Amino acid sequence: MIARLQQTGYEEDRLQRVAKLLPCRELQAGTLLSIMGQPQQYSYPSVFIYGHRASGKSHVMHILLKELELPHATVSCVECVSVALLFEQVLLSFFGCDAASLLPRSPSLSDFVRIYRQQCLEMPAKQTRYVVMEKAELLRDMDANLLPAILRLQELVEDNVTVIFLSEIVWDKFRPNTGCFEPLLLHFPDYSKGELQQILSQDKHPSYSAEFYSSYINILLGVFYSVCRDLRELRHLAALNFSKFCEPLAEGKVKESDTHKLWRNIEPHLKKAMQTVYLREVSSLQWEQMQQVEEKETGPLRGLSAHTHVELPYYSKFLLIAAYLASYNPARTDKRFFLKHHGKIKKTNFLKKNEKTSNHLLGPKPFPLDRLLAIFYSVVDSRVAPTASIFSQISSLVTLQLLTQVSHDDQLDAPKYKCAVSMDFICAISRTVNFDIVKYLYDFL
Amino acid sequence: MSTSSVSKGCFVFKPSTKKKKHLGLEDHFTGGCEGAQNSGKRYKLCQDLWDQIKTDTESLQDELNRSILDSLLDFTRKCSSTRQHGDWASQMRASEIPTAALVLGVNVPDHDMTFQSLSELLQQLVTPHVASLQAKECGGMKGLRECFFLTVSRLMGTTVTVDDDEEEEPEQTSTETHKSMHCSLGILCDWYKSKTRKSSTGTPGKKRSSPVKDELQQPPVVVIFKDLEAFNHRVLQDFILICSRYIERLPLMFIFGIATSPSTIQNMLPHSVSSLLCIELFQSLSCTQHLATVIDKLVLTSHFPFKLNGKVMQVLISIFLYHDFSVRNFIKGVQLALLEHFHSQPLSVLCCKKKEALANVMELSQRDLERIRQLPSFRRYTEKQDAQEKVNLMTDDTHLKEVCRKLIKDLRKYHKNYYPVLRCLHTLTSSLPRYPLGKQIRELHLICLEKTVWETEEYQSAMKLLRMLAKDELIASIQRCCGTLKPVKSKKMMNALIQMEEILTKIKQLDVKSLSQKKTDLFQLQKTLLEMNETRRTKKLSPFETVRNEALELIDGLVKSHLSPPEAQTLYEVCYYTSSATVRRHLNATPRTSIQAALSNPYHYLQNESLKTEDGSVSNAAPDICIAYKLHLECGRLINLYDWLEAYATVASAAEGNDPDSDTFGKVDEVKHARFIQAVSELEFLGFIKSTKQKTDHVARLTWGGC
Repeated sequence: MIARLQQTGYEEDRLQRVAKLLPCRELQAGTLLSIMGQPQQYSYPSVFIYGHRASGKSHVMHILLKELELPHATVSCVECVSVALLFEQVLLSFFGCDAASLLPRSPSLSDFVRIYRQQCLEMPAKQTRYVVMEKAELLRDMDANLLPAILRLQELVEDNVTVIFLSEIVWDKFRPNTGCFEPLLLHFPDYSKGELQQILSQDKHPSYSAEFYSSYINILLGVFYSVCRDLRELRHLAALNFSKFCEPLAEGKVKESDTHKLWRNIEPHLKKAMQTVYLREVSSLQWEQMQQVEEKETGPLRGLSAHTHVELPYYSKFLLIAAYLASYNPARTDKRFFLKHHGKIKKTNFLKKNEKTSNHLLGPKPFPLDRLLAIFYSVVDSRVAPTASIFSQISSLVTLQLLTQVSHDDQLDAPKYKCAVSMDFICAISRTVNFDIVKYLYDFL
Repeated sequence: MSTSSVSKGCFVFKPSTKKKKHLGLEDHFTGGCEGAQNSGKRYKLCQDLWDQIKTDTESLQDELNRSILDSLLDFTRKCSSTRQHGDWASQMRASEIPTAALVLGVNVPDHDMTFQSLSELLQQLVTPHVASLQAKECGGMKGLRECFFLTVSRLMGTTVTVDDDEEEEPEQTSTETHKSMHCSLGILCDWYKSKTRKSSTGTPGKKRSSPVKDELQQPPVVVIFKDLEAFNHRVLQDFILICSRYIERLPLMFIFGIATSPSTIQNMLPHSVSSLLCIELFQSLSCTQHLATVIDKLVLTSHFPFKLNGKVMQVLISIFLYHDFSVRNFIKGVQLALLEHFHSQPLSVLCCKKKEALANVMELSQRDLERIRQLPSFRRYTEKQDAQEKVNLMTDDTHLKEVCRKLIKDLRKYHKNYYPVLRCLHTLTSSLPRYPLGKQIRELHLICLEKTVWETEEYQSAMKLLRMLAKDELIASIQRCCGTLKPVKSKKMMNALIQMEEILTKIKQLDVKSLSQKKTDLFQLQKTLLEMNETRRTKKLSPFETVRNEALELIDGLVKSHLSPPEAQTLYEVCYYTSSATVRRHLNATPRTSIQAALSNPYHYLQNESLKTEDGSVSNAAPDICIAYKLHLECGRLINLYDWLEAYATVASAAEGNDPDSDTFGKVDEVKHARFIQAVSELEFLGFIKSTKQKTDHVARLTWGGC
């Protein structure tokens, strides 16, 4: 079943071990090996590997380089908040910390190249050195010259070095306007259902047989494969629900081979998990605790999104209501809603063509501060003095992300805001202050 | 300054040290206050009282937070222990970062204290490695870098200070160099490894470490995000992504402080990031409950001699409910009232513990005694005395002191009885439908402070409802009343307690009787039913109803004798702070109103006699901006600048005292022009006008109304 990896220059048993560790990725590993060639040979300067999340890109690279004991540096681009960190990590893993400390305070690309060359003279490469860049899409946000330079690092430093980019995005989205050296492209396709089954079955529970675990994985995939193909998520789900699956076994009701009964036992449970755990509504810890106490029926477990209730001070509620009205009503209609003698204006009369679509479908619109306050004063039932705390409440609503400031922070004059809460939320808020918000919304007239 | 030298030149004068006397807090206190002779004593009283209030509230807050902090500590311990010796299942999900989502409510100013005690507890009991981050520290362009820098430096910094007696000199210097370099988690990992290796092979002579800490070979590294909502989404996501890469080497843990609701986590983090976390929810006490406990322990008690009257209380509570939900600000408000009271009321020397107060009465000066005679409540008291007593009170100082001692004692007794009775009344009325006397005890307290409670309509309706109370409810509430009365050491309350217990036994006896009735045969049942029918017709009360009425009579009597408003008490001014306007002005500032007051009535702030006017008009001598403001009030939405300038020039030349008939009167010269422009730009700065493109040479008004 395990395909053989073949490449001269590497020990046979090592290749065997690699092949064992990379189930269902033998083909890709083989291609990579042939690109890499023999250890001492020069390899292609840059290789670009792309594929979805959890399709084994990092895993394959990691196993290959580690098991074959090739000199390499693995850099995650998320972590490199500055280029300096990137350079430092590369130098550190190739030449040790002395070389890394040679870098000046805020190094440029040429500093890096210079130091690399210096060190290279002392320690020339006997084998191809590999730089693995994980989450390479973030390189695009760094300096414009960085990506093209790294693509042809081999030329720049005149050393046997190959850069391997790992990304979830296709190469077309990377190519800079000015053009650059084209790397070799390699695609990692998603795992198929059978492959998932094979991989997941590998991490079996030590006290149960492999077939038993494999049948469990089969059931699990039957439920979850339609919604989730992410290996990591599936592995997580498998670990979480396995104890429940084994429950009848531990009680001695069922034998290991009686898959049908086991399936009947676990299936409703998995369905429930799909609603909560998969969305991370409920953390894995809580889920486990719930499994233990389930016999007593603790009632439905409330996920994270079930807690939407927010307690706010009285005027903050009205400020939020006013903001919602200002965001979803056209400014021209304020007269109709908040003036006593607005005369007879029918909805059809001032409907403009573009306003026929519901404002709720278009999303919130920005409004200036004075409109917010004008609506606030007419909405709130008692007379409110324009105190400093009213204004500070507006800014605290912004920090709580219930309002968002649209204009720039620096703009002190007439700042603009948007209301960032949902209809359900505002209805719940206005119910607590006995305010019928639907009556004031233009969409529901 | 003069010198003895005859020649001209520069001389150096060293400042005399005497002049630079440092002004302490006390000097500020005694500075502008009335009745300065005993101000030192008042300052001390005020300080003592405040210290007591502060320690009490702090311990109260600790008490309130205890349960949630304990569960958080448990959570951290559990997480780190499962990580170390986990079974198959926990190994499978070891890549998750344990996260505690701590929902604290929107009263952000209060959170600081919670987090402080949390991190202190964590450091004492679970792990020395705790770093807390605030959003405003990690803002800006390089948010993530700052985020890391702070985390790493804080984590490393803490232990450097903690273990500085363990000969760490070489390491300390190395951390210094790290700080100047890039702070990455890799460095932190290495540091952590060296730390734990050292402590695991460490000498047994570690005295300070608690047994719990020894148990954990690898104490978790806790990062606290104090205000999750305010963090930049991208920064947070990247931070979590990076941390998850190191989770195998570094036992990280997060605590999110959430002000709104837990669903914000999902709004902020995409699934790919939130799947790296194992979130557990912790809900803290709601702030209204928090306030209720604080009021219960701080205000509704006779321990503190200092009291707030109804209006001030109302202001503080409405600031809480309407504006900020912050208990800390509420306590600050109480502090302000306390300070103001001792500062402005010379008789507040008597506002202290009984013994001290009685002693202070004897030391009152002539002027203070005169002040007592002037107090409205004392005057009312003298009115009621007979003629001889009146004369005595007005003339004989020693007699007055004696009477004062008696009155102070009476006031104390009043307070001692007031609060238990208030609680009793609350327990009875708090479960009534539609809460005629309020749901919270503070509402009832406010009613009692404002007016005589038994004359209000709400009280009548509550009593009516109470007369319909079922037996078990009555028993339950009377038992609770007994519970509140029991710890009170006062004769009247003891009596009330005995009476209540009697009523309870009576009700129970009724039970016994009805039980014995049940064992009757059919004939007798019929008879009793007939009897009951008859009694209903003749409105004869059943035995239970008579007992119930008796109980209510008792309560009513208690209320009438003890819940009279404090204004009716003699010498209440000593203990009660009454100036609600001051508190409101200080705590709930109205910048707009102040600006308008300053512009329309400059005398209010400048206190210059020449600016004094009667009918709301502005005198000619007022500052330019006031004149410009006044003139602009007369205009419509758009103001012609030239007309405005002309009008201004007329007023200004009148102020200079020019002859109205002369040619130059009202002419615009350069100085007036410049002054006008300055005034206009000042008005623009204050937001009263702005430039407009609708008409040339015009500005638009931004406010409504005017003359």
